[in-house]
Amino acid sequence: MSSKLLKSATAVGVFVGLGAVTATSARADDLTLCWAAWDPANALVELSKDFEAKSGHKMKFEFVPWPNFADRMLNELNSGGKLCDLMIGDSQWIGGAAENGQYIKLNDFFDKEGIKMSDFIPATVTGYSEWPKNTPNYWALPAFGDVVGWTYRKDWFARPELQGEFKSKYGRELAVPKTFAELKDIAEFFQGRDIDGTKVYGAAIYSERGSEGITMGAMDVLYSYGFSYDNPDKPYELEGFVNSPDAVAGLEFYKALYDCCTPPGSSDAYMSENIDAYKSGQVALQMNFAFIWPGIHADAKVGGDKSGYFANPAGPGGKQFAQLGGQGISVVAASEKQAAALEYIKWFAQPEIQAKWWSLGGYSALRAVVEDPGFATSQPYAQTFLDSMAIVKDFWAEPSYASLLQASQKRFHDYVVAGQGTSKEALDGLVKDWTDVFEDEGKY
Amino acid sequence: MSDTPIDRIAQATPPAVARRITGLSDRSIAWLFVAPSIVLLLAVNIFPLIWTIRLSFTNFRVNRPNAEIEFIGLQNYRRILTDPDIWLTMQATAHFLIWTIVLQVLLGFSLAYLINKKFRGNDLWTTLIVLPMMLSPAVVGNFWTFLYQPQIGLFNYAVSFFTGADPSSFSMIANVNLAPWAIIIVDTWMWTPFVMLICLAGLRSIPDSIYEAAECDRASKWRQFWTITIPLVLPFLMLAVLFRGIENFKMFDLVVQLTGGGPGSVTELTSINLKREAFEKWRTGYASAYAVILFVTVFGLASIYVKALNKVKQR
Repeated sequence: MSSKLLKSATAVGVFVGLGAVTATSARADDLTLCWAAWDPANALVELSKDFEAKSGHKMKFEFVPWPNFADRMLNELNSGGKLCDLMIGDSQWIGGAAENGQYIKLNDFFDKEGIKMSDFIPATVTGYSEWPKNTPNYWALPAFGDVVGWTYRKDWFARPELQGEFKSKYGRELAVPKTFAELKDIAEFFQGRDIDGTKVYGAAIYSERGSEGITMGAMDVLYSYGFSYDNPDKPYELEGFVNSPDAVAGLEFYKALYDCCTPPGSSDAYMSENIDAYKSGQVALQMNFAFIWPGIHADAKVGGDKSGYFANPAGPGGKQFAQLGGQGISVVAASEKQAAALEYIKWFAQPEIQAKWWSLGGYSALRAVVEDPGFATSQPYAQTFLDSMAIVKDFWAEPSYASLLQASQKRFHDYVVAGQGTSKEALDGLVKDWTDVFEDEGKY
Repeated sequence: MSDTPIDRIAQATPPAVARRITGLSDRSIAWLFVAPSIVLLLAVNIFPLIWTIRLSFTNFRVNRPNAEIEFIGLQNYRRILTDPDIWLTMQATAHFLIWTIVLQVLLGFSLAYLINKKFRGNDLWTTLIVLPMMLSPAVVGNFWTFLYQPQIGLFNYAVSFFTGADPSSFSMIANVNLAPWAIIIVDTWMWTPFVMLICLAGLRSIPDSIYEAAECDRASKWRQFWTITIPLVLPFLMLAVLFRGIENFKMFDLVVQLTGGGPGSVTELTSINLKREAFEKWRTGYASAYAVILFVTVFGLASIYVKALNKVKQR
């Protein structure tokens, strides 16, 4: 009898135990988050430990270096792959991902969880979350605010002998430039100069051909010179806007800056090349996305007080814009773990998590974080980040953005780096390429 | 009755199976053996080819699963063949192809001719010379970007040593005129040993007796070279040209690592351009038409060349 009882009790115990294990595994999912391989991704790994502890879900990460990020991840989305449950995709992907059903729409989820888009920086909501733009259709939660800005060698600028020489040559102080023309003067001043026995150069700017580099760089100047993607009153009308005289002058300026003031062999430079050029003490100025600033500040050779940060200067007409970077976090429609992925987004949207995100080096887009009175002084680059985020513009986010981007990459690189044709010809060619793309899309 | 292991296995085979096997003709058994290979070939080669040809007549984009696929006839082909940018990439490819083959044949044959002579350390030199072709093209591409770096690159310092020019005054991969030569130099460095090995096989296949007979006839070394060596090595040399031609027509990895197709588009070879159309712009139908055109070009040229090769071998 006791033996029977023991067997029954054991069977019940095993049953209950198995049930518990099964219940746990049904609740706890392994979530895979896909993003680019860069410093903020490492910060996110650290941040996500809190989510793992609180939710019981285990996080896995798939990080791909920037030059291959779009290729790899768009392949994944287009093939309906199940590798990624959560995607921190580039802002330009939003149109295609929304229209092709690759991301799930988050409106109902936001409403249910009380997540309000008005709590985030407006530019990041438009840039990272909305499709169609400027409509309340949300496909992502702003995850990482980013923008192109400048880093400069504050210690070199502070040298009395250089200040004196600069003032006698240009009639003004060697200081943070207010216009792109002033920026070029500074870059020319440093180009080929001997500093502490090392030959240094003016500026590291974007010139990369393969992915998006030269477009992200040239657009910073073009926007501030008066470039417009299309007629504000008649969408997709490009003639006279993309190739306006102001835009032509802007592209000429970018080429002049490339020709006069970059280190030798800078024909294919993007984020990492510019970081290398700056950290190795080769250049006085560096164009790059804001994500690099925490790393620059912490660098033993050029960090701390040796470096300063400033937003894109103004163009000749006083306009001042900066290229938007950054990404939103989305739930991949092909994922079988959407409920757990949404849990992650809910957790990530919390103000205390966003505050921790900023403290770890991630640029939060939550207004409660960036509008906190202590934010602007929390880091030496925090104010520059705020100034830059206030003047952002973004590239096309159409479903056909990849074709539009490849066209600008080719036209800009052919003119700026290879020196083929004129600025006007490059932009006229771009109008033709983009018109062809939009014609294929049935926009006319 | 013999009692070999085969007979024992045959006897042990159940009658039903034996009947089934013995009921098959030799031809059927042959088909049975080759069928898996044929099915595999159809699945991984022929079907994708037919599918690509079909897609080339459509506006299909792989990133638009919800869009309607339209049959657009020859529109993709017309757009490709009238696109000046495509012709520029064709020119860049032809420039790369012709110069790499010329240089590799000249250098490869010369090295093979030298290595074919008996001297001390012959094996060691052969091993050292073939080392570059054993490396991964991606590694070679990365490695040469450092060699070509204007400020720290050894290549620039070597040029500076011989010419007196400032090493940082020129950039092999950033200059429009130098970049096409930069990729030719690297490909030649990497693949000349391959041509050398094929030529060496050709040189070593020539019987000594032919040269001995020529010596008896008092033929000069120069005459022996032109009337014995070159004609007998020519089929090998042509084979090397065929291999290198096909390889370089589809060159991708090495050039992407070195220049990414730049500066501008001066080193954008057809394969790089095709990849951009297919996997960056996601114009699947257009890229399929592009791939078909390239396939027909390579297949056509290779067929003509193989016929010429066979004629040379028959002589």
